[in-house]
Amino acid sequence: MIDFIEAIGQYEYLQKALLTSIMVGIICGVIGCFIILRGMALMGDAISHAVLPGVAISYMIGINFFFGAVLTGVLTAIGIGFVSQNSRIKHDTSIGILFTAAFALGIILITIMKSSTDLYHILFGNVLAVKPSDMWLTLVIGIIVLLTVYLFYKELLVTSFDPTMAQAYGLSTKMIHYALMTLLTMVTVASLQTVGIVLVVAMLITPAATAYLLTDRLWIMIFLSSAVGVISSVIGLYFSFTYNLASGATIVLIATLLFTIAFFFSPKYGLVWRWIKVKRKRSALAD
Amino acid sequence: MKMALSVNDLHVSYYGNEAITNVNFTIEKGNLVGIIGPNGAGKSTLLKALLGLIPIDKGNIRICGKQVYETRKKVAYVPQRNDIDWDFPITVVDSVLIGTYPKLGLFKRPKKKEKEWAYECLQQVHMEDFAHRQIGELSGGQQQRVFLARALAQQSDLFFLDEPFVGVDVSSEKTIINVLKELRDEGKTVFVVHHDLSKAHSYFDQLVLINKELIECGEVESVFRPEVMAKAYKDQFSFLNEVGINV
Repeated sequence: MIDFIEAIGQYEYLQKALLTSIMVGIICGVIGCFIILRGMALMGDAISHAVLPGVAISYMIGINFFFGAVLTGVLTAIGIGFVSQNSRIKHDTSIGILFTAAFALGIILITIMKSSTDLYHILFGNVLAVKPSDMWLTLVIGIIVLLTVYLFYKELLVTSFDPTMAQAYGLSTKMIHYALMTLLTMVTVASLQTVGIVLVVAMLITPAATAYLLTDRLWIMIFLSSAVGVISSVIGLYFSFTYNLASGATIVLIATLLFTIAFFFSPKYGLVWRWIKVKRKRSALAD
Repeated sequence: MKMALSVNDLHVSYYGNEAITNVNFTIEKGNLVGIIGPNGAGKSTLLKALLGLIPIDKGNIRICGKQVYETRKKVAYVPQRNDIDWDFPITVVDSVLIGTYPKLGLFKRPKKKEKEWAYECLQQVHMEDFAHRQIGELSGGQQQRVFLARALAQQSDLFFLDEPFVGVDVSSEKTIINVLKELRDEGKTVFVVHHDLSKAHSYFDQLVLINKELIECGEVESVFRPEVMAKAYKDQFSFLNEVGINV
């Protein structure tokens, strides 16, 4: 551990990796809360995969991969909505069809580019290779995401909790849905470097689900979720650095460990406390 | 007396399948109105159309003389209980506070004034002792009272409630109907989608009876007549004919 801290002081690439992981932990934690409360976990997975063709096209024409990724991510989100609203195909089926299509297209485009190392990093993340430009991109995305959630907190809360009421008083739930999809795509792009496409969904869902087991207030859930995201990122980075493991995998496993602890020991919703409460009640009745 | 709601030649369909056709009625302010009809009669569809939640094929809806989209903030809506995710991380008082959102508008946050108002609304439905509970910890009747409190917090002129008495205990039902009657006495107009005919008589001033089309609208006495009710419920009661009872 001390080696790790010393190394952070020493190596600039590690400082960048650490800062980027912390930012990704925060924004994934925040957006993840709304994703799981709206029952859109699968959508998170879909959008994260759907950015792949955008990333490939951006490399081909030599622009920042952010723009291509957001474009194909949002297009896929719109496509999913279009198919499920205009046919008898159910929402999850529509998600399954469109995101795999986008992902398959992405694989072919990247193969055409003949750069398999890039594909590996995009799929599984390599936080230790974060470039300064990536770090700044993550920071800008982070500010946009946090500012949007702060400014539209009320609207996000009411459309997640009771969309019919939101619609009845004149909010466009559709617009808010697509705005959230855009934020989700941006968060995915920011997470590409740290955890990679395949595991982004874990960073969105696992910290938020952990927080969900710990509190009954949305704003506390958002803070706890970010905290879980940051802790997982930092500890995961430590293991990635020390044992030369893929950063995405180590970060996700730490998050899963934290979730497991909450699952069993959460004061209100944990399995163990529930079990103890039932035991106590039964033995009290037996007396 | 001024018009609260006027519906003119309303047609609504789902992908071309008629849900309600040619519905006409007007309701004056200060009435407690029951929207009744058999299952599948289009009660909820009518409510959704009135709230501007679904597109209408033809016709005209005026709320206080204005279009639906112009008066959205004057209308409060209480959804059916099973439309809500009761595991949502929100406390009772915070869910009532949502009622102040429409008037706050974008970017403004509820402050002390709004929070005190939310608490007052909770008191009106006798739920102030539960203010800091998570909403899923309440009984069905208590949940319904909390959502009524949220509607009160909206300070609206019109109230729409979708089946508020389903799965609700007797004392909650009493509290809810009393609050609705108080609203009516203050000059507000309250619409309740309701399917329990036994209570309709004592609860409402006016009834809108529909079965795909408008059967009758007016004072309870004029709607609650055998020949009128039979028209709406004839399919439901066909079994009575078979056993020899003539409806």
